[in-house]
Amino acid sequence: MQHLVNVKVNGQSHTLVVNANMTLLDMLRKNLGLTGTKKGCELGDCGSCTVIIDGKTVNSCLVLAVEASGKEILTIEGLAEGNELHPLQKAFIDYGAIQCGYCTPGMILSAKALLDRNSSPSEEEIKTAIGGNLCRCTGYIYIIEAIREVAGKQKE
Amino acid sequence: MILPKFSYFEPKQIGEVCSLLEEYGEEARVLAGGTDLLVKMKQGLLNPKCLVSLKKLAELNFIRFDERTGLALGAMASLNSIQESPLVRENYYALAEAVESMAAVQIRNIGTLGGNLGNASPAADTAPVLIAYGAQVKLVGPKGERRVALEDFFIGPGQTVLNKGEIIAEVVLPPAGISTGGAYRRFGLRRSSALAVVGAAAVITLKSGVCQSVRIALGAVAPVPLRVPAAEEVLAGKAIEDEAIVEAAKKAREAARPITDVRSSDEYRRELTEVLVTRALSHALKRAKERVN
Repeated sequence: MQHLVNVKVNGQSHTLVVNANMTLLDMLRKNLGLTGTKKGCELGDCGSCTVIIDGKTVNSCLVLAVEASGKEILTIEGLAEGNELHPLQKAFIDYGAIQCGYCTPGMILSAKALLDRNSSPSEEEIKTAIGGNLCRCTGYIYIIEAIREVAGKQKE
Repeated sequence: MILPKFSYFEPKQIGEVCSLLEEYGEEARVLAGGTDLLVKMKQGLLNPKCLVSLKKLAELNFIRFDERTGLALGAMASLNSIQESPLVRENYYALAEAVESMAAVQIRNIGTLGGNLGNASPAADTAPVLIAYGAQVKLVGPKGERRVALEDFFIGPGQTVLNKGEIIAEVVLPPAGISTGGAYRRFGLRRSSALAVVGAAAVITLKSGVCQSVRIALGAVAPVPLRVPAAEEVLAGKAIEDEAIVEAAKKAREAARPITDVRSSDEYRRELTEVLVTRALSHALKRAKERVN
């Protein structure tokens, strides 16, 4: 059974025809070529497929593509402005908060959703916000520091 | 990991949902948040021919509070919307506390209250706390609507009293008086993204320092979320002292019928039950007292 999907991804409108059993994750990666959204466990545990739908983070492996119709989606590709990286992307580089990089897109989007709602989160709030993003390299300390750095700058 | 094929419907009317579910019967599944259903389908544990999505039913996505009638939560309200709601946090704090303990942000943004209950996992975190608050579920089906006390809603793991074509529309909690305090305590193998090994909820209402009513419910220690009247009886009608809390927790331990599984032995679950009921009661009592003052 095929369905028509109208979505806005990173500000750009798309109309796609998808099978009912296609996940949003596969639609982003396969149909739109947005491979910054990573495919990890595919069961909603690891957070590497995190995207932001209408301001809220979700695991795109647990959302059907057809369910995303009419929504606004932000992926990691939508953060930089031209050649200018987003402050979170810069901070992750500066703090060495990236190792293998596989969790990084999801981690940064979870951090962005947090900072959009709460410009000065406590360390506990940061940990809660990224609780659904697993870093297999276990570089959590630098990740938390990078997020704090951006939160601090936003406050100034 | 590919989802098996299925037909997909997203009706805009509740009536359509019920008729689709009646038509497809066992071959249909209701899609609420999908955080459990889609996982089970990917793992090959479920293979429905048809998914009926409730996401287009705006009438099921609400949180309403009225001092006279209490709190009404739409089945499609997301777990995070409940946890963040000032109406919930001010009047039914233990419910927010229970939701906070669940999964991670991304899952709570998609997962729904109706899904957590309809899934009927014995370890569902919202069930014990809602039972402790005296919640009822409003069910809508082809023959109209009915209300069932949440403690009577579950029959066994994955099984509920829902009839063919029937869905959970709403969860209703009675008004919480200003002298009511609640708490939920749970233990999981990690702080984030782990199922409860045991969960314990307690809601206490005080009147002139005496326990006017108390409800205690447990998760993950029986085939269904379990209310424990034997533990409640120890406390009802008394000024609650520490010894009585210890005694009530012992009764809860006796009422627990846990199994041994990958997360814990049955013995450890019994031990946890006593510890967590003690903590839930102490916190519920403290909160009830704070609200009175």
